[in-house]
Amino acid sequence: MELKTPLYDCHVAAKGKIVPFAGYLLPVQYEAGVIAEHMAVRQKAGIFDVSHMAEITLKGKDAMANVQNIVTSDCSKLKDGHVKYTTMCYDNGTVVDDLLVYKVSDESILLVVNAANHHKDVEWIKDHLTGDVVMEDISDNVAQIALQGPCSLDIMKKLTDEKNIPSKYYTFTEKCLVAGEECLLSRTGYTGEFGFEIYCGNDSAPVIWNALMEAGKEYGLLPCGLGCRDTLRFEAGMPLYGHEMDDTITPYEAGLGFAVKLEKGDFIGKKALEEKSKPTRTCIGLKMTGRGIAREHQDVYDGDKKIGFTASGSHCPYLNGAYATAILEMPYTALGTKVEVDVRGRRVAAEVVKTPFYVNPDQRKKL
Amino acid sequence: MNVPSNLMYTKTHEWVEIIDEKTVRTGLTAYAAENLGDLVFINLPEVGDSVTNGEALGDVESVKAVSDFMSYVTGEVTAVNEQILDEPGTVNGDPFGTWFVEIGNVTEKGELLTPEEYEKVLAEEA
Repeated sequence: MELKTPLYDCHVAAKGKIVPFAGYLLPVQYEAGVIAEHMAVRQKAGIFDVSHMAEITLKGKDAMANVQNIVTSDCSKLKDGHVKYTTMCYDNGTVVDDLLVYKVSDESILLVVNAANHHKDVEWIKDHLTGDVVMEDISDNVAQIALQGPCSLDIMKKLTDEKNIPSKYYTFTEKCLVAGEECLLSRTGYTGEFGFEIYCGNDSAPVIWNALMEAGKEYGLLPCGLGCRDTLRFEAGMPLYGHEMDDTITPYEAGLGFAVKLEKGDFIGKKALEEKSKPTRTCIGLKMTGRGIAREHQDVYDGDKKIGFTASGSHCPYLNGAYATAILEMPYTALGTKVEVDVRGRRVAAEVVKTPFYVNPDQRKKL
Repeated sequence: MNVPSNLMYTKTHEWVEIIDEKTVRTGLTAYAAENLGDLVFINLPEVGDSVTNGEALGDVESVKAVSDFMSYVTGEVTAVNEQILDEPGTVNGDPFGTWFVEIGNVTEKGELLTPEEYEKVLAEEA
């Protein structure tokens, strides 16, 4: 039985097409449709209910030491009020999940993990805690709304004091009021655009959602579903667990080597990752040059030789073309390499291209 | 849901216009277009290709979904609506006015539904 997020009634009222996803009933799209919602986020603004994401707190004297043991990045130099994207790995170096680390202080840290991995992650973290630390899974008490797109700043300014708005990408304000409701306001997102993610209590979520809808009206803000959440993240080259990485893929193979710091001291998976730091296959981008759309988990060929498989594939609405990510054997990963994807029995030509497919420098702009 | 009375239908949501004894045109119903969402890619056979009753003659893809486009007649493709290959979104705008292919030399027709029968199919799926 799927759960409803605190915003379920808002989605129904906005005529969202509701589907089950990661244990929740969520809108895959609203009336405008995936393409219009995608374009709204690229050109104006969109809001997403991402309450299905899971939040875990670590508190105590050894909170940071535990984070350092669990994740592959070096968080020791992370400042209070800053966020880091990282991965956590199994002993064999493959990925348990990718996650965000919010550092409130050395003794208070928030981890945000994928909904689909929620329970697995909680168990994994719990089993590896040491020293003076208390873990709490606060997911059921926390709702999350993402406001994304170039007009996000103007919309946010209508609902909160400017001093609350995090000026740098990947920073956050721990406690502030948005639309009169207490929340954590974060300069993060999963779309490749300038924007915010707002963490709040369940009762606050509909208040903030409705205030954003109203404040965004003059800017062309649209409510956005899971459909465009995926096309936006994909177009902007952001990985998704179960696609670009999973428990058979290392961060190096996923192209997430930047999130592994072997020199930081001991951590789970370090030994395996040291041995696997020069992978023989890696995740690259493909542009479909033939007629057809590659989808996830389709085989990729050089002539008769199978050289890998697609991780994600979709039509990219802003770029107006079909793209895919694929994990390919070297040396087929070189830019410009011509390959073929087996799209349901039909070979479609593709070429290795640079990722992200789409970049907007404003995403990281400093205020 | 709009179901024009001059067309025949299939249980997999194609419409079929009977042009004459041996010729039909076929497209996607409004119900299918709405359920798939914005179409971004359509793959169709070429003129001269043969199609078979009960088999996919092409496929239609929305941003997130892929669906077979079925043939309920056996015959030969005599025309292809090239416009929808370049602008698949045309189908969402006017599904009943946008044909996919014309099939001639029809030697066999499969299970085609009257508008009334198709409305019952829609009622069951709703």
